[in-house]
Amino acid sequence: MAQFRSLASRFFALFRRRELEQRIDEELQFLLNMQTEENIRRGMDPPDAKAEACSKIGNRTQVTEAVYRMNTLSFLEESARNARLSLRMLRRSPGFAAAAIFTLAIGIGANTAVFNIVYAVLLKPLPYPEAGRLISVQHTAPGAPGMMSASGDLRLSASLFFTYADHNRSFEAIGAWSVAAATVTGQGEPEEVRTIIVTKGVLEALGVKPAAGRPLAEADQSPGAARVAMLSYWYWQRRFGGDRAVIGKSLIVDAQPAQIVGVMPAGFRVVDTEAELILPFRFNRAELELPGFYLRSVARLKPGVTPEAASADIVRMVDLWMNSWPPPSGVNPRSWDQWRITPALRPLRQDVVGRIEQGLWVVMGTMGIVLLIACANVTNLLLVRAEARQRELAVRAALGAGWGQIVRQLLVESLTLGLSGGLLGSAIAAALLKAVVAIGPASLPRLNEISMDWQTAGFALGLSLVAGLLLGLIPAWQYARPKLGQALRAGGRSATDSRQKHRAQNILVVAQVALALVLLVCSGLMIRTFQALNRVQPGFTKPEQIQTLRIAIPTALIAESERVMLTQQQIQEKLAALPGVSAVGFASTLPADGLPPNWDAIYIVEGQPRLPGQPPPMRRFKAISPGFLEAMGTRLIAGRSYEWVDLMDRRPVILISENLAREYWGDPRTALGKRIGYARNFREVIGVVQDVYDNGVHDVAPATVYWPTFDANKFMPATRNVTFALRSARTGSQGFLRQVEQAVWSVNANLSLAAIQSMAELHARSMARTSFTLVMLAIAGGMALLLGVVGIYGVIAYTVAQRRREVGIRLALGAAPSTVRRMFLRRGLILCATGCVLGLGGAVALSRLMKSLLFGVTPLDPMTYVVMPVVLLVAALAACYFPAQRASAVDPVETLRAE
Amino acid sequence: VGKDKADLLQGTLDLLVLKTVETMGPIHGWGIAKRIEQISQDLLEMKYGTLYPALMRLEQNGWISSTWGASENNRRARFYSITKLGRKQLAREAEKWEQMAAFIGRVLGSTR
Repeated sequence: MAQFRSLASRFFALFRRRELEQRIDEELQFLLNMQTEENIRRGMDPPDAKAEACSKIGNRTQVTEAVYRMNTLSFLEESARNARLSLRMLRRSPGFAAAAIFTLAIGIGANTAVFNIVYAVLLKPLPYPEAGRLISVQHTAPGAPGMMSASGDLRLSASLFFTYADHNRSFEAIGAWSVAAATVTGQGEPEEVRTIIVTKGVLEALGVKPAAGRPLAEADQSPGAARVAMLSYWYWQRRFGGDRAVIGKSLIVDAQPAQIVGVMPAGFRVVDTEAELILPFRFNRAELELPGFYLRSVARLKPGVTPEAASADIVRMVDLWMNSWPPPSGVNPRSWDQWRITPALRPLRQDVVGRIEQGLWVVMGTMGIVLLIACANVTNLLLVRAEARQRELAVRAALGAGWGQIVRQLLVESLTLGLSGGLLGSAIAAALLKAVVAIGPASLPRLNEISMDWQTAGFALGLSLVAGLLLGLIPAWQYARPKLGQALRAGGRSATDSRQKHRAQNILVVAQVALALVLLVCSGLMIRTFQALNRVQPGFTKPEQIQTLRIAIPTALIAESERVMLTQQQIQEKLAALPGVSAVGFASTLPADGLPPNWDAIYIVEGQPRLPGQPPPMRRFKAISPGFLEAMGTRLIAGRSYEWVDLMDRRPVILISENLAREYWGDPRTALGKRIGYARNFREVIGVVQDVYDNGVHDVAPATVYWPTFDANKFMPATRNVTFALRSARTGSQGFLRQVEQAVWSVNANLSLAAIQSMAELHARSMARTSFTLVMLAIAGGMALLLGVVGIYGVIAYTVAQRRREVGIRLALGAAPSTVRRMFLRRGLILCATGCVLGLGGAVALSRLMKSLLFGVTPLDPMTYVVMPVVLLVAALAACYFPAQRASAVDPVETLRAE
Repeated sequence: VGKDKADLLQGTLDLLVLKTVETMGPIHGWGIAKRIEQISQDLLEMKYGTLYPALMRLEQNGWISSTWGASENNRRARFYSITKLGRKQLAREAEKWEQMAAFIGRVLGSTR
């Protein structure tokens, strides 16, 4: 109160407290004197005269109070009084307060946490200046055979990039980039690092200046220039302790010295990728041909240029590109017309955020529903309390409290609840976020940008206020209306209640059940999706028993291709000899390892005529070693796998995937002995391999050509950058990893090992989005189920308590306890069934929205739609059973006597 | 408090005080109370607990102003006088009151 007084007096600066009191004192003294004198004049004794004057004039406190009351903004003061009143009420019923506040806190906390994630991932601008003008330049090519089936997008070729960079009218800057691994040697153990290779324009488009040194310059991009590199902030800190003197020194990258020219600021990423080194591309323009579509691209639109205008610009430049660069020999350059290359410009944000967006919105929506259910629950509690307090409210009304005042009091009470819940909820949200960041789900991009900030605090506050108002509205509307005389007359003993009174409660429970069912159905669908994903045979077995590690052999370390192959073979033999290892092999990429896929044209397919002048169909390819399929557990459908002798003798043989064999020749068996390849590099199919889900199990398995790791093409006979796969039950154990390292270094001590993980980790990462959504939905569904059941329980228990007298009479008149029990169970069942019917309707409508999250299950999956209502009904019936049981155990004599 | 003494109609106190200050001012609180009681022929009893906050309120609204001065028997007292704003307010209030009184008179007259 004191605070409010001083607050009020601050509104009226005219009256400072001390001044005011002094003035009142003085004036009262004057009045007192005058009155006393008058009394004496009228013939009173001086003591009596003074006493009479005192009683007429009153004392200082009284007058000061009156002045203050007048000065205080009455609304503020009344609210404060109401707040104090409601806090006192809450303290007096701690059980109710705890239940209500905790329920709200969970709802608000979960929502705040998810909002925070949504905000950081989806809504916050990217950490680049004027990020709204950044776009990613990609294409679709619906006419490109083979190409679009799996990857979805056509990237840029180097020649396409140069065309865009030279001739565009729309971009302030455009750059192309790609990710690669490199080995850094020279200091301590050799280390494999992630590098981003960029053309000129990438750093310019992103608009990020180096933290130290200079950015890459155009001159660094030419093939003859001295090699240079930029460091990431963290690599600079980790490897060089943040020493500025390192700029200008040289670093051995892939056995070649490169001069360090600059350091990027902390947290810098190119779109979604972080790397230790940033290196320049060194294209020789004279050697470039039309194809080779492997570059990602980022561009900054000129101010005022729309994406549509930029698209039109690109259509023009694609035409220009086809006329200005040489095609591969024997191909008509205009044949790329058939690919129907169409620009697909996307806001850069979309590339960063990736596929998580829809899942996040679904999670946000479900958390909102949980909060609604929580609010319904607390409203129910409030209704019960308002019912019990009806007499109190009626007395207040009878004593002159206006309708508005009572409504205000009820609203202030619910707002107090809402804000308390919000406060606790913010603490819960902070804890949840800390946990999320600590766990760091692989599917969440921009995780490092998540933090509690004022937007989140504002969101929590807003949510608390809205929840508080929502909570208060129904009780206020129900009980503040002037029908209070009735309540007083009934004397709180309205034992046989009218149906009317329970309508609000019933509606709330039905809504709760309906919403809970919607969430249960959604999480049920995610569970079914997860099951379906796990049922897919990914093309490898027991991934937790596959140890993977990458070994790159740079040219500078071993120049001759044959020696590379021999070194790799030696490593394989050493690893196979380790105890507990049953099979070893290696390949250019592993399924779902996130490395960009390789594409190449298949020029000639035996038995398949090719139209002259057409570009050959693009196929995905990877290189595998003998033993690799066995190590992964990938089945051979027909024929045999590679043997070392195939590689040593450079036999023209090849393996293909089952779906490719079916596409070309209809049957895996007939594919054996057929020949495919380039004009002078014909290879005979010796084996057909089970389909492998290379893009993750939710995507189609791409048709794939498996080249051997040696002698696959004339430009690069050896595959120098490979991932080994070891099948062993000891996967992941420290002792095993040390033995693996020793085995590799016993062959060549300068080799670095990277990406040491189990295949299970890779597999889990490819399912991360589904598991993230699943976990969140399961939590939401579980909470909804719990809250819904508690709601039903509360309403039935309350009904039982209200109708205790009626039950007593019924039992006294000879009703069987089972009849009484059935009476309450039936009521619960009717409420619940109504909720279920509505909920099913809602689920049918809403589950469509999550269609793109589902896999192997339709949004109307019958199984889910049968099981979930049954689960809910059983849980609700159990919740009804206990109060119903208590009702039937009522002792009629005692109940009636109590009246 | 005598039963026959009327309570002040809500909102009329301001009007009475303003009018008194206008005609008598500058005048101290005691004088205002006496004057009102006198004019009402002792039908109204002015309680200072009510009068005082009213004076403060009128002063805050800028309708009256006050200064310290010496009373007729040479005591230090606060003297109130009406302001320009106060005169306007008084005219408004008086007009409202007359309309109201006329209306109530009509109502009472018509039921007779």
